[in-house]
Amino acid sequence: FAGLADVSISEDIPVEGEITVPVGSHSPDEDFSTLDEPVRDTIMRDLKAVGKKFVHVMYPKKSSTLLRDWDLWGPLVLCVSLALMLQGGSADSKDDGGPQFAEVFVIIWFGAVVITLNSKLLGGTISFFQSLCVLGYCVLPLTVAMLVCRLVLLAGSGTVSFVIRLVVVLAMFAWSTLASTAFLADSQPPSRKALVVYPIFLFYFVISWMILTFTPQ
Amino acid sequence: GTAADWGGFEDNMQGGGSAVIDMENMDDTSGSSFEDMGEMHQRMKEEEEEEAEAEGEAGAAEEEDGEFLGMKGLRGQLGRQVADQMWQVGKRQASRAFSLYANIDILRPYFDVEPIQVRARLLESMIPVKMVNFPQKIAGELYGPLMLVFTLVAILLHGMKTSDTIIREGTLMGTAIGTCFGYWLGVSSFIYFLAYLCNAQITMVQMLSLLGYGLFGHCITLFVTYNIHFHSLFYIFWLVVGGLSTLRMVAVLVSRTVGHTQRLILCGTLAALHMLFLLYLHFAYHKVVEGILDTLEGPNMPPFQRVARDIPVVSNVVLNTTAKAIALTL
Repeated sequence: FAGLADVSISEDIPVEGEITVPVGSHSPDEDFSTLDEPVRDTIMRDLKAVGKKFVHVMYPKKSSTLLRDWDLWGPLVLCVSLALMLQGGSADSKDDGGPQFAEVFVIIWFGAVVITLNSKLLGGTISFFQSLCVLGYCVLPLTVAMLVCRLVLLAGSGTVSFVIRLVVVLAMFAWSTLASTAFLADSQPPSRKALVVYPIFLFYFVISWMILTFTPQ
Repeated sequence: GTAADWGGFEDNMQGGGSAVIDMENMDDTSGSSFEDMGEMHQRMKEEEEEEAEAEGEAGAAEEEDGEFLGMKGLRGQLGRQVADQMWQVGKRQASRAFSLYANIDILRPYFDVEPIQVRARLLESMIPVKMVNFPQKIAGELYGPLMLVFTLVAILLHGMKTSDTIIREGTLMGTAIGTCFGYWLGVSSFIYFLAYLCNAQITMVQMLSLLGYGLFGHCITLFVTYNIHFHSLFYIFWLVVGGLSTLRMVAVLVSRTVGHTQRLILCGTLAALHMLFLLYLHFAYHKVVEGILDTLEGPNMPPFQRVARDIPVVSNVVLNTTAKAIALTL
């Protein structure tokens, strides 16, 4: 072995490194580290991620946070709160013309799935759940609009309140559509952006319509 | 890793899988299928191979133990091995079937359009062709028709809301979606079946595309007349816009059918269904009840109209008024 030592390199360059190669010790370590932490840390981390994404929706800049670490907590919370607020009247009212909870829930998720499939079929590079995540988070402005509408309706339901509600819902609808377009349209070939934007427009239009025509009983 | 990739490739060559599965194994970020599903599938395959290796070693060790335990031990081990293998084969087959049928690449060629093409086809759907002796070309595209059906659903929803339609035992959204999709898919299938009987040269996708684009006229008509409530305006739109789109569909079908009787059957059915559907959409979901009764009965209005609407009464009244209106116009 003495002969081999001469073959390698000159003496004045230090050779360093590890001979023992850790075999797959990285991932179990990571798992252990998040498994052992207190529950509060896990929840706070997830809440912070959701909060950061909310901020990104309200100020849509071209960032990839929404796309990279997708999660469906935010969309679920938004969808449930919107559906709860859109429930019409009391349970024992016979003329219940408002959308039921299940209806709103199904519309939002089914609509988001259809838009995702459409954008993938048109040659998009975004993944299924990433697209669902973006569409779900961009319902936030419309949820805010629903809150505002309910407050305005508490004050009264005349022409003035209708005009206020119309303006608010229109503004939030435009905000939602622009926000989701900013995130989703980048993943499409440039000539087909209009084809992807139209179903998103229709989707948020239907939700806005449900919000605008909501009358408490 | 690459070992698993190569292993998966070999598996496909032996199993005679389709090209669809190959694409899934490629490290492709363009998302040929659900990437997450693809990742899961990859992980499943890696796990399978690890299990198979581990199984081989464990099997050998267990066999020795079995021999030590005697015949009963050996049979137990063999049974378990066979069960495990069958489960693995079943899982492999199921994942192959899933990646074959749930792969949306099957639908990809039908969505390969540009916005300019869609706009051109929308405008063409209102222009009847003159040449019926030469088979007209129909683009087998599904993006435009699908978007038109959804637009029709949205317009219908708007109409139902403005007319305060109350639907019991169902929901507004469900009714709108059911009506529009039911018409598009159902009538397309029915006309395709008739076309098969009448020896017309048309495929199912082409029929879906043709009827879908024919709904463009319906969308325009309903959008205008749900907002401007003039019945004469509706009838004009019904005849002109509905008629134009029906004529276009009829002309295309005629150009692809041989024989007078066949042409008559096919085109008569399609024309009738298409025009009647527009009529139905307008009258069933529109605040037209009081309007028509006003014009027909005059100032002597029976008091029952002022009562809050109840759906059986409304449907009876709508049928009566529709019959009266059709009798008047004929």
